[in-house]
Amino acid sequence: MTNQSSPSSAGTAIELSGISKAFGPVQANSDVNLSVPKGTIHGIIGENGAGKSTLMSILYGFYEADSGEVFVNEKKVSIRNSNDAIATGIGMVHQHFMLVDTFSVLENVMLGAESGEVLKDSIKKAETELTRLEKEYGLHVPIHSLIEDLPVGQQQRVEILKALYRGAEILILDEPTGVLTPQETDQLFKILEALRDQGVTVILITHKLREIMAITDNVSVMRHGTMVAHRKTSETDREELAELMVGRKVRTKADKQKAQPKETKLKVENLSVFDQFNVARVDNVSLDLRAGEIVGIAGVSGNGQSELLEALSGIEAVSKGSFTLGDITIDADNPKNAKEMRDLGLAHVPEDRLHLGLVPSFSAHESSILGYHRDKEFNGPILSKVGNIVNYCARIMNDFDVRPQDPSLKSANFSGGNQQKLILAREMDRDPPILLVGQPTRGVDIGAIEFIHQQIIAMRDAGCAVLLVSVELEEIMSLADRILVMFEGRVVGEIEADKADEKILGLMMANAHKTSPDGEITA
Amino acid sequence: MEQSIVILLSVLDGTLRVSTPLVLCAMAGLFSERSGTVDISLEGKLLFSAFAAAAVTYVTGSPWVGMVAAIAISFSLSMLHGFACVTHNGNQVVSGVAINILASGLTVVLGIAFFRQGGQTPTLPKDARFTPIELPFAEALDSIPFIGQLYAQVISGHNILVYLAFLLVPITSWIVFKTRFGLRLRAVGENPKAVDTAGIGVRAMRYKALAVNGVLCGIAGAYLSTAQNAAFVREMSAGQGYIALAALIFGKWRPKTAMLACLMFGLLDAIAIRLQGVMIPGTETEVPVTLIQALPYILTVILLAGFIGKAIPPKAIGIPYVKER
Amino acid sequence: MSDTTMTEEKPKKKIGMAKPPLPAWMDYGVLPLVNILFALFISGIIIWLIGINPFEALEWLIIGSLGGSYELGYTLYYTTNFIFTGLAVAIAFHANLFNIGGEGQAYVGGLGVGLLILAVDQYLPFWMILPLAIMASAAFGAAWASVPAYLQAYRGSHIVITTIMFNFIASALMTYLLVDVMRGKGQMSPESREFAEAGHLPFMHEFMANFGFDLASTPLNVTFFWALICCVFLWLFIWRTRWGYEIRSVGANEPAAVYAGVNPRRIVMMAMLISGGLAGFVGMNEIMGVHHKILLNFVSGYGFTGIAVSHMGRNHPVGIILASLLFGVLYQGGAELAFEYSEFTREMVVTIQGLIILFCGALAYMTKPFVANIYYAITLPRNGKEA
Repeated sequence: MTNQSSPSSAGTAIELSGISKAFGPVQANSDVNLSVPKGTIHGIIGENGAGKSTLMSILYGFYEADSGEVFVNEKKVSIRNSNDAIATGIGMVHQHFMLVDTFSVLENVMLGAESGEVLKDSIKKAETELTRLEKEYGLHVPIHSLIEDLPVGQQQRVEILKALYRGAEILILDEPTGVLTPQETDQLFKILEALRDQGVTVILITHKLREIMAITDNVSVMRHGTMVAHRKTSETDREELAELMVGRKVRTKADKQKAQPKETKLKVENLSVFDQFNVARVDNVSLDLRAGEIVGIAGVSGNGQSELLEALSGIEAVSKGSFTLGDITIDADNPKNAKEMRDLGLAHVPEDRLHLGLVPSFSAHESSILGYHRDKEFNGPILSKVGNIVNYCARIMNDFDVRPQDPSLKSANFSGGNQQKLILAREMDRDPPILLVGQPTRGVDIGAIEFIHQQIIAMRDAGCAVLLVSVELEEIMSLADRILVMFEGRVVGEIEADKADEKILGLMMANAHKTSPDGEITA
Repeated sequence: MEQSIVILLSVLDGTLRVSTPLVLCAMAGLFSERSGTVDISLEGKLLFSAFAAAAVTYVTGSPWVGMVAAIAISFSLSMLHGFACVTHNGNQVVSGVAINILASGLTVVLGIAFFRQGGQTPTLPKDARFTPIELPFAEALDSIPFIGQLYAQVISGHNILVYLAFLLVPITSWIVFKTRFGLRLRAVGENPKAVDTAGIGVRAMRYKALAVNGVLCGIAGAYLSTAQNAAFVREMSAGQGYIALAALIFGKWRPKTAMLACLMFGLLDAIAIRLQGVMIPGTETEVPVTLIQALPYILTVILLAGFIGKAIPPKAIGIPYVKER
Repeated sequence: MSDTTMTEEKPKKKIGMAKPPLPAWMDYGVLPLVNILFALFISGIIIWLIGINPFEALEWLIIGSLGGSYELGYTLYYTTNFIFTGLAVAIAFHANLFNIGGEGQAYVGGLGVGLLILAVDQYLPFWMILPLAIMASAAFGAAWASVPAYLQAYRGSHIVITTIMFNFIASALMTYLLVDVMRGKGQMSPESREFAEAGHLPFMHEFMANFGFDLASTPLNVTFFWALICCVFLWLFIWRTRWGYEIRSVGANEPAAVYAGVNPRRIVMMAMLISGGLAGFVGMNEIMGVHHKILLNFVSGYGFTGIAVSHMGRNHPVGIILASLLFGVLYQGGAELAFEYSEFTREMVVTIQGLIILFCGALAYMTKPFVANIYYAITLPRNGKEA
């Protein structure tokens, strides 16, 4: 923390010239140029897979560029590992936090920046320094708490503190708001502004236009591994940036008719799910899901949406309460596993496709029957009917335009969007009366997003009852007919989709909204 | 009464003696496992270093030189384990099995080649072994019932390596929890990626942990063949490396609790030795010795079955750290 | 700012050097061979150090194991055991389980088949004993695997440690049973009585004589065929049934398996029971096929070698057969060498075995970059120089 010069002081903090990087046949970055003036907040925007993270990983020494040059503070540098990056004054806040969960905040901050062989002195030094940083930037964190006991927003502050403690003058944040509430995001932005005003250069990587417009001074747009444009934020707008990102005009709102809900398909009553420490992850949730409607569950990730989906789909056991499909009621005493739930007509597109939705090492045709692998169609008395499985896979790949259309290709070798389409194809193919969908477009490119949204709406129009969980507010607002908001495991409010906007949902997600006696929700 | 105190004291005395290699191996395992490397090769290192100690001591006449040789061998095997698992991301269990089998074969092959006694080393004379040390005032205190006897007959009269082993427990604890090395060691076993981004070499840390591991195992091996016994006998480690590993898990990867687990296994072993040839009360049959010998293994299984709380291992244990995607 | 960041830029690599992946025959054929050569090279040095000419030894090893029907018989007899333990490790591995307990499971499997035959050999004919014997060896082996399996599935204790402990317990149990229980009064050696004829599996030389083949008398018996049948069954089971599908899904991605409605605990039990059963067949080969009585220490390391066999064979039955053959050659050739040279002992074979596990298992990918570079150097220029 030496540079206390004013933000307007001349010079560039970072200059990249002609950076290229390939992973096998994939060209992640090609001939990228970037110039970031000192003491500014610089946004880098692009779709998933546009090469933003690779570029920053090169800057932080995680990968070595195949070619190109890096200048920091107008001096040519070679950053081969994170040590070099730290010594150059670059700090990084990773999308997935690089924290040791079982360590305290203090220990995490010290790690790698200890002042001697024995920890005693390091602890003292870190304590003083942290108090100073806290005062200077308003970065409050309980320094003796364990990371695993802290909320995500605070964990992120620890990451920022780690970088500042090491004397970072250039701070890179990789998709920092994905796990934050809109309110936490605002707090983060205040911190970033304070940092900039003290002369720190901030690079913000994101795919959210709103954030770019809200906080950056300059913005660079990446597409397919190349840098396609540099703009002053004040001289551009959302529409232009969106077009630059995708390379064509995009519709941000899905086309759909008003819902025609019919009979209730799924009735959830006072459902609770406790974790291994007996903490309620889902807390007394009740909801009705009717045929022909999409009910959206909004909320910051980690507020019980995942556990709700897992309980309803039979992955996780119900602890209290129940839910009913037709005349079958499932509760703690009458559990059903995922296979049995599927047999009852409940299909599930899970939130985490690589973790739950498919087996990355399986071929596509093997993944295409996951959960249906016991069906008669695919099995003889003992042996499986591999021919049937391959044909089936080829058919659904064709229906959902999964590319490449090769049933024997390993599941891991498809792009995120195509993996997701394969899973949707599998779950939608049997026309299930109930469909649970979690984060359907996470890590999926824009072209595939449109297609996936159309399919979900088509399912609804065909009479399917759809429960949609997403942390993307835009997605919830454009797809859902009704929106429930979860906070700390509870449903804290319900709102018609056409009455919802980002502000009110944001307040609900932080449980800071007001409900009038007749159920009207206001700020 | 008098009789049972004598038996008790001798069993406790035996407990310390048989626990010593377990404690050393458990501390060795603690370093590598805390850094994220599973180490079943404790067994093989114990065996091979026991051989090296006995062989070199026999040739040079000095148990200290023997111990240096034991440490060198065990250290080399630890580095081999690191080369396979840390450098080449090999399977840690497979590497451990390989080292154990290698040790089991090569000790006998070399033993026969060097000494031609069917794989044993020649018996060491008394002055070429680590001999018992009388602690101060032991004789004087022996007359005080129990407390004094405990001091004189159980605490006093062991060789230097026994005291070293038990001294190493608080030292290990201090290193792991109070030093920079320890902080990094624990971090690299929990979240190597966090360590990497903090600018610390993950592989270097794991190698360092294995280096310490090798040294401690080497001391344990030397104890086996030049202190507890007077020669190397084939397969003389007899599963103690595995038992130490079990004690480590049972002790939840913490030095002091792991030591207590070792003492408990040691106590059991000492009782088993004591029971050899004893008649089952009221019958004509002896206590079946083979079954008694299986008791530590059975107990290990029962204990690890989670009857005393769940042991949560370091999160990154057993997983090679691969940086590139 | 440190000096390291200011060093001269080194020349950067050219772009677009993306290499095609190694073809399967390189990965599954050449690479293991190179690894074996490495292991044999180190073994050669050790053999040379104890005063034997390694090339002579290699010659003896090959002649002694493959040189005629007598040698081949012994080799295939060992191979039989390795196939069983290799398959046992492989099926567990597909469920992401490490079964190090093949040793104990084989031991107890032998006890099972022995006890069965002791009970019925006076009353039943061979053709009735045979299916019972298959079931008994599998059942006892599976039972011995079931406790570690249960503890892994339902109590969360680590299977590597528990199976190791069960090896020791099996050894103690067998010693106790044979020394203190089964040994007759006044009998010196700790073993059971000899089985009646009905409890003997036909030796290969007896069996093949029916077809007019004249083979040397060796311990090789019809269990060998059963081992090959097991390979086919296991291949079908793992890759062509829904149960194999579930085992592989639990092994590769357990949460996804739960998502699919698979109960991982049941899969752990299933995989381990099959694994233990397969290891138990070693007992059938040894007790019913060769020794015709229950005795001590007939397993002698086959269980541990199974780990190497499975790893080398990439957990695939075809690979396992090839790897088993290699270890069969090593065991039989090694025994011949021990006749030939007084310096060469059984432990030398154990040593070589350790080296093979090290190079073909733990260090399996050490030589890959080296081998790959040679391959690319040979193949790439011919495909044009677009790089």
